[in-house]
Amino acid sequence: MPVMTYVQAVGRGLWEEMERDPAVLMIGEDIGVYGGAFKVTDGFLAHFGRERVIDTPISESAIVGAAVGMSYLGLRPVCELQFIDFIACCFNQITNFVAKSHYRWGAPVPMVIRGPAGGGVHGGPFHSQNPEMYFVHTPGLKVVCPSSAYDAKGLIKAAVRDNNPVLFFEHKFLYRRVKEEVPEDDYIVPLGQAAVRREGRDLTLVTYAAMVQVCLDAAEQLEKEDGLACEVIDLRTLLPLDKETILSSLRKTNKLLVVHEDTRTGGIAGEIAAMVMEEAFDQLDGPLMRVTSLDTPVPYSPPLEEYFLPNAAKVVKAARDLARY
Amino acid sequence: MALSRQQHLELYYWMQLNRKLEDLLTVMFRQNKVVGGVYSSLGQEATSVGTAYALEKRDWIAPMIRNLGAVLVKGYRPRDILMQYTAKSGSPTGGKDGTAHFGDLHEKRMVSPISMLGDLIPVMAGIGLGARYLGRNEVALTWIGDGGSSTGVFHEGLNFAAVQRAPLVLVLENNQWAYSTPNYLQARLIDFADRAKAYGIPGVIVDGNDVVAVYETTKQAVEQCRRGDGPVLIESKTFRRKGHAQHDPAAYVPKWMLKEWEAKDPILRYEKYLTAKKLWTEKEKNDILARIDRELKEGQAEAEASPLPPAERAAEGVYCDGCHEIRAEWKRSPKPVKPGKNTAQWFEGKSPALAPSLGASQERKEKAVVGPSNPGHGKNAKLKKHKKQRKQRK
Repeated sequence: MPVMTYVQAVGRGLWEEMERDPAVLMIGEDIGVYGGAFKVTDGFLAHFGRERVIDTPISESAIVGAAVGMSYLGLRPVCELQFIDFIACCFNQITNFVAKSHYRWGAPVPMVIRGPAGGGVHGGPFHSQNPEMYFVHTPGLKVVCPSSAYDAKGLIKAAVRDNNPVLFFEHKFLYRRVKEEVPEDDYIVPLGQAAVRREGRDLTLVTYAAMVQVCLDAAEQLEKEDGLACEVIDLRTLLPLDKETILSSLRKTNKLLVVHEDTRTGGIAGEIAAMVMEEAFDQLDGPLMRVTSLDTPVPYSPPLEEYFLPNAAKVVKAARDLARY
Repeated sequence: MALSRQQHLELYYWMQLNRKLEDLLTVMFRQNKVVGGVYSSLGQEATSVGTAYALEKRDWIAPMIRNLGAVLVKGYRPRDILMQYTAKSGSPTGGKDGTAHFGDLHEKRMVSPISMLGDLIPVMAGIGLGARYLGRNEVALTWIGDGGSSTGVFHEGLNFAAVQRAPLVLVLENNQWAYSTPNYLQARLIDFADRAKAYGIPGVIVDGNDVVAVYETTKQAVEQCRRGDGPVLIESKTFRRKGHAQHDPAAYVPKWMLKEWEAKDPILRYEKYLTAKKLWTEKEKNDILARIDRELKEGQAEAEASPLPPAERAAEGVYCDGCHEIRAEWKRSPKPVKPGKNTAQWFEGKSPALAPSLGASQERKEKAVVGPSNPGHGKNAKLKKHKKQRKQRK
């Protein structure tokens, strides 16, 4: 089994889908000749040709708009946004045109919008954001945030095959730091299914993307130092949310700590808290707690960014507080 | 390319159907039967009808709110439009959306607009490019207003379409007013067709109240796109004779302006043309009007008979869960896609600005324009005078 980085796994998944289905196309800035700012589409232009690997002007609304038009013909375009922060530039196309298309007039939009998200690489306020919740709040979209190379390949393939618009947030901190064996087979990881990354009975850590490793590190430390057995759930898909995996873990541990790299107010933790209140209030032995980034823009200087982001120490502290209930 | 006698009569039918359907909508609005607003295209019928009539069945449109005529030409019936406006269960969107916000990807090939102006331009460019990739020679046409051409996505979409040579015809319907904002506050341009220069594409001007001119100009633009030399921008100079919607009396429009454009009414003008050219008989005219009358009555009866949608429908259809089959329709073998060597090849072809059909910009205007070359021009002098007077009053 070949060993691949996370970023290679995304590229491999896209490559396989393009070879499998001639309806799959790529569109974005610098994806052709240059192979993408992070080299996800390196070599695609030479292999698939310029009709299927379309370099565009710096026009995010045109990228998404053109992809919508292509999808209306039954094609399956994949848009690359060079940094996911630029998704704000095509917010209107995504939330008003793309997301409402099927509901309003029965026109499905089978397309993917993907790009590097997340902080920890000192990219500053415009190259580090986690804008997933704007879109989790938008009915009609699906939102995917993989944490491993295996998932990155399986989820991107599932996203391409989905008949709905899928936003695919790749975590750039993981791009080259995550390296693992990835099967060469044509496998998919279904959208909307969370994964249990570590089993435990004392409390549940719910998280996704780069925070999965942070939570696994914290769980390891809590096991060693406190004898606490933490269950770690990797959401993988934020919309639709796999409520059942969260609830069944809660039924076992009765304590829930949500960890996300997104800023605090309006993050997925709030949504999970409300869902748990509605569906499993009687299962809680303590308050639902959260560890998140600060409610600020993502700062640039390393000590500032470290202060801003969640880390294993912050998770350990919160878990200890929660365990005391 | 010359229109047959029958085609001349069809153009008349579509324009009158457009107008009389809107008259009926206005009546129904006053009777409180319409949910929401009614947006009139009074005086702009020649632009909607003439442009859409230049397309073939395989081609695509994406209308704006004032392109009812185009929607009719593309095959929708009065009942569909009446049900949309009255939010009935049997409407094309089943009550999910209103007005001209509907479409059909298969039979009619019409993309539903959204209220945010300009977004349709890259979408239609994408349809053109997608069709080209599938080996289908189809042209996409959409409209934008003088106001809508101020949006960022107008620029992004048209620029992208230009670099990709997408088979896109963009009709810039200069009706001189964007809600209450006159076009001299939208852009420092006499001719909005000049926007085309920024994209290296042809920008042609047509008298938007002359249906034959609109048809012929659009036909040329469509043919140019079919040959691979798209996109083309057409500025259609016309005038919005009602307010933004029914609620708006448009008191901000100077009286002289309205009067001047009433005199240029596209339907009256076309009637005179048909008579002068002996293209119809009085009986044929009456038959057309009687047919429209009958069709509208039938449409209204059908629309009024349709119930409102069941409330639970509100929760349905957010996602496509296998309810639609998604399949690309190839007109060529999808396999032999030749690997590209280098995008540098892209620039070796001839520049679209030198495309032979419509020539370089000045020549192109002369060739493509049928009828008065710049019907809006005189107005700008008057507009200046009007502005000056207003200033003095203050």
